[in-house]
Amino acid sequence: MDFASSERTRPHPAEITSAKIVVAGGFGVGKTTLVGAVSEIEPLTTEAVMTVAGAGIDDASKVPGKESTTVAMDFGRITMADDLILYLFGTPGQTRFWFMWDELIRGAVGAAVLVDTRRLTDAFAPLDYFENRHLPYLVAVNCFDGAPRYELEEVREALAIPARVPLLMCDARHRESVKAVLIGVVEHAMATLVAEHEQATPVG
Amino acid sequence: MTQPHDPRGNLVRPYAVTRGRTEPIRDIPIEAVLIASPEAVQEARFAGHDKYRIAVLCEPKALSLAELAALTRLPLGVTRVLVADMVADGLLQLHSAAPRTGFTERMDLLGRVLGGLRKL
Repeated sequence: MDFASSERTRPHPAEITSAKIVVAGGFGVGKTTLVGAVSEIEPLTTEAVMTVAGAGIDDASKVPGKESTTVAMDFGRITMADDLILYLFGTPGQTRFWFMWDELIRGAVGAAVLVDTRRLTDAFAPLDYFENRHLPYLVAVNCFDGAPRYELEEVREALAIPARVPLLMCDARHRESVKAVLIGVVEHAMATLVAEHEQATPVG
Repeated sequence: MTQPHDPRGNLVRPYAVTRGRTEPIRDIPIEAVLIASPEAVQEARFAGHDKYRIAVLCEPKALSLAELAALTRLPLGVTRVLVADMVADGLLQLHSAAPRTGFTERMDLLGRVLGGLRKL
């Protein structure tokens, strides 16, 4: 994709690259808390208006009784260098807004699906979504106070998470824990990319 | 123009600032950042209120399409139409989102992001 090469009318500062990681999960699972734990700005909210006339939105009928719906997503920012910014985007909680998710994951480095053990079934829709997309993702179990504690393998089995998908515990309120989740996403993305590359270019 | 009983209701109203256009003239990823030069901010004074606000926001600091939508409180789709026009008119410089192709390019970026996270 050629996004930036045609505007050469004035001198550029250094080219700034921006990357994003998507944080998915059911409503109230702690996505915004997670984003806020590492973001350099208070998480911002942007709204997309889903219009009946909107292009590419093929199924307004899934939102009964409404002509328009505002979908909000929260996001944060980490400026890593003068020329590198990482954005963290939380998916809209309602999984029926798949069209927003598709836009969000386009070009993403990877995703973390956040799971609340008190509402395990809320995780099925987002997990199902990522199983059917070409984007590396991991599953992070948010350890809420008072939530039932399970062994990771119990969670993996209950949610039928494939063995190749990393699974870890986290506390979305704590910066170090969230860092570990994000590092896990990037490491998994690198491993996936290397594996695909080796498959595509057989040695010998 | 919109009648109170317009069957499209308030769906159309957000797009009044784009004169009804809902499709940007180019795609802009939500995470791609934009910068306005001081000269561009001066020029944007004549481009309308919302475009001027956007230019002012992008002058001191590179901001993503998502940040511009949040800070102007305009819907994302509306902001994208305005920003795409401004890029075409030379009022904003569009910087690149992460490369989606090329093994080396993608690995380089992932490596830099990983390093950045570890340093947090």
